[in-house]
Amino acid sequence: MLSWPNFVSQVFNGLALGALLSLISSGLTIIYGTLGVLNLAHGAMFMMGGYAGYVVFQATGSFALAVLGGSVVMVVIGVAIERVIIRHFYNRPDEDQILVTFGIGIVLVELVRLGFGSATVQIPAPDWAMGVTSLGFLIYPTYRIVVTGIAAVALLALYLVLYRTRLGMIVRAGIEDSGMVDMLGINVNMVFMLVFGIGAMAAGFAGIINAPVVALTPDSGETILVETFVVVVIGGVGSFPGAVLGGVIAGEILSITSMIDPSYSQVMLFAVMTLVLVLRPQGLLGQRGRA
Amino acid sequence: MSQARGLARWWPEAATAVGLILGPWVLPLLGFSPDTVNRILVWGLFGLGFDLLFGYTGLLSFGQSAFFGTGGFMAAYLLTNNVIGNVVLALCLGTIGAAVAGVLVGLIALRRSGIYFAMITVAIAQVFFFVENSPLSAVTGGENGIPGVPAPLFDLGFVRWQVGNGWSMYGFLAICFFLALLLARRIVASPVGAILTAIRDNPARVEALGHATWRYKLTIFVVASAFAGFAGGLLGVLQGFMPPDAFTFDTSGQLVIQTVIGGAGTLFGPLFGAGVWLYLHDFLQGPMGLGSAWRLVLGLVFVLLVCFLRRGLIGGVRDLVRRRPAAEAPESSPELVDPSPAIVIAAVAPRRIAPPPHTGPVLQAFNLTRRYGGLIANNDINFSVNEGEIRGIIGPNGAGKSTFFKMLTCEVAPSSGRILFHGQDITGRGVAEVCQLGLTKSYQVNQLFTRLTVRDNITIAALAERRGLYRPDMLRRLDSVPGLSAQVDRTLGQVQLDHRADTPVSELAYGEKRRLEIGLALASSPTLLLLDEPLAGMSPRERTETLALLRDIRRGRTLVIVEHDMDAMFAFAERITVLNEGRLLAEGTPEEIQRNNFVQEAYLGGVHAA
Repeated sequence: MLSWPNFVSQVFNGLALGALLSLISSGLTIIYGTLGVLNLAHGAMFMMGGYAGYVVFQATGSFALAVLGGSVVMVVIGVAIERVIIRHFYNRPDEDQILVTFGIGIVLVELVRLGFGSATVQIPAPDWAMGVTSLGFLIYPTYRIVVTGIAAVALLALYLVLYRTRLGMIVRAGIEDSGMVDMLGINVNMVFMLVFGIGAMAAGFAGIINAPVVALTPDSGETILVETFVVVVIGGVGSFPGAVLGGVIAGEILSITSMIDPSYSQVMLFAVMTLVLVLRPQGLLGQRGRA
Repeated sequence: MSQARGLARWWPEAATAVGLILGPWVLPLLGFSPDTVNRILVWGLFGLGFDLLFGYTGLLSFGQSAFFGTGGFMAAYLLTNNVIGNVVLALCLGTIGAAVAGVLVGLIALRRSGIYFAMITVAIAQVFFFVENSPLSAVTGGENGIPGVPAPLFDLGFVRWQVGNGWSMYGFLAICFFLALLLARRIVASPVGAILTAIRDNPARVEALGHATWRYKLTIFVVASAFAGFAGGLLGVLQGFMPPDAFTFDTSGQLVIQTVIGGAGTLFGPLFGAGVWLYLHDFLQGPMGLGSAWRLVLGLVFVLLVCFLRRGLIGGVRDLVRRRPAAEAPESSPELVDPSPAIVIAAVAPRRIAPPPHTGPVLQAFNLTRRYGGLIANNDINFSVNEGEIRGIIGPNGAGKSTFFKMLTCEVAPSSGRILFHGQDITGRGVAEVCQLGLTKSYQVNQLFTRLTVRDNITIAALAERRGLYRPDMLRRLDSVPGLSAQVDRTLGQVQLDHRADTPVSELAYGEKRRLEIGLALASSPTLLLLDEPLAGMSPRERTETLALLRDIRRGRTLVIVEHDMDAMFAFAERITVLNEGRLLAEGTPEEIQRNNFVQEAYLGGVHAA
């Protein structure tokens, strides 16, 4: 069981899973960092993105359009949720924010269940990404490589938006001190709305590109949400690089442990989280005193 | 008064007992089946512990399923494998098992607070689910759970009661719920309960007043786990089968939702919430024919409640009943024209623990330095205050006064240097521990417990001095703490808030809040009191009043005051220390300081030096 090719293949699986987790977690972390809201509906948004992509795919038959359309739908949903509900919670206690996003998550899941039933649905991988690819030392499913690549590109895009644009500068300044940003005459409300939309899109986008790998059910988001929490606790809440690093670490832990014994992979993930909490409570790349 | 209080104290218990007895006759008329009612009781009991944790202490855990499952599976395993025949004993062992799990999880999860705490509890509970499901599946039955859990049999010699299904089971569960409710109400009414509500409001101040906040949090976390474990065991007994669902995130989520629907911080909220949940579950799925969409309705109801009725059904009803015109807060209490003669009572309460005998300065700081990255906020400061002195600390903005104060109270650890209090080295000790030694601070920005009354605020502070850092006296009544009410009354008198004792802090005028802020520090009977800008934001009249108060409380203690009001300081302080750019610039009597060229230069930007 413990063979070299098997190990390498699991490392690759871990990387693919890690890239995905990084993407979802970065959405969670920029929402928390900027708005100060822990989004418990994030798992539901991941799942909903998958279904949005599925609908577009059914209508058009194009994977690329499914990714694009699904993402747009998620931005719209994210913005709408922020405008209608989340906005009124910025000045309420943490616990209220957690409760309301938790409730929103339930509503989203149940809406999807109402529309699509509880049976699984799947988006097929695009034709060009079917089959396997030989990497010389390893034969690996092509779509897994593609997913890793797409997730990495999306992360890079997110990084560029956050660190190379005016919006990103405002978001990062908002993470440090949103009151100050407000005082500087920047329309924080607008920024918050966009950030929530982008965060929702990051989760939804991940949901779509993951749909050909793992079939969707309305409950797909739950496990993902928990893993996302572990990722940001390991990486540091509110830290974008922390989300990326935490995601890769979590992905590798899950994959490599499951090679030895799948039933212990979650336990191992939790053990590492505990270790981080004990040794560095603010997370690997988190800053002290933020949360 | 005390009779009325006695009655008010016991009516919820009495009403619950009556309600539980009448339940089997009334509830079927409303369409509840015995099975539904029994479930409501189990969830209500589960929620008692959770409400102590979330409603009273403010710790929102999404991981209670871990303890519900642990207690349930432990009891079910013991009973079905013939380890133990007695159902009640097995339930108790399950409860203990859940409490032990609570200690372990609490040690990890309580390292962080707020959203971190919520996330960590979610993650840990998920691990319990996975562990139950695979590594331990030989013991727990994995996805199948444990079937064949027996119901209890009570044999008292003259009467035998084999608990059966339906209303027979209800009798057993109702007794369990009632006992658990008595316990939870007792905890709420104890000194620990008072401290927990203060932690919900302002944990940092609770710590600064000398309570070991973290240990209190862990205590209530373990108590909540025990309640959950007991409820989990009852679930197995009720169903005759321990389901693996007990461990799922849905279980934790359902508990949170039920508590919020019913009303957190009421103890009865979870019971009512469970009633609403299970009734809707039966009603929407059955007569309404909504099928699985009932959860959608419930989710929407939940979101609406969080948005508009955050205090839940019970809280909402209570607000309606208690709606009364808020008493207008007087701008400044008129009877306070000349407060000094009014307070001739002993100004200083004897401390429960006397400071160690010591001669020499009360407080000494040697080479105190604090760096923030490249910034040196305090640089090599030597400082010493004598017993009974009034010391003023002045300096321009950014001189490092606040940092200096925070180091003296051990809120911030110095980068280097040492602090001695009564000759004891307190460097690097916790702020609560230092407060216990008799050194505390009143804050520049009020740090009050805004959801509590004035009396409750002072009580929290006095409790620390009366009970020490930590004491798990959860079954003692708050008013039976020796010397507590005398100390609270004395402090209320000193800060002239006795006529406002039962007013919520949110209704106080600013000047009154400032006095309460000083009162909080006073109630812990400090021998050394640090005051951070006690006059900030006050009207001239309030200043005069506050200075009179300070003059009164100085008797028997040492005061160190940071203040921007120069005139007040020069008139009030006996010696003055001047800080400038993180260094000690000068020290001396007010006259010496006023004449000091360096001080004039620091304040006037070198005009005079030229």
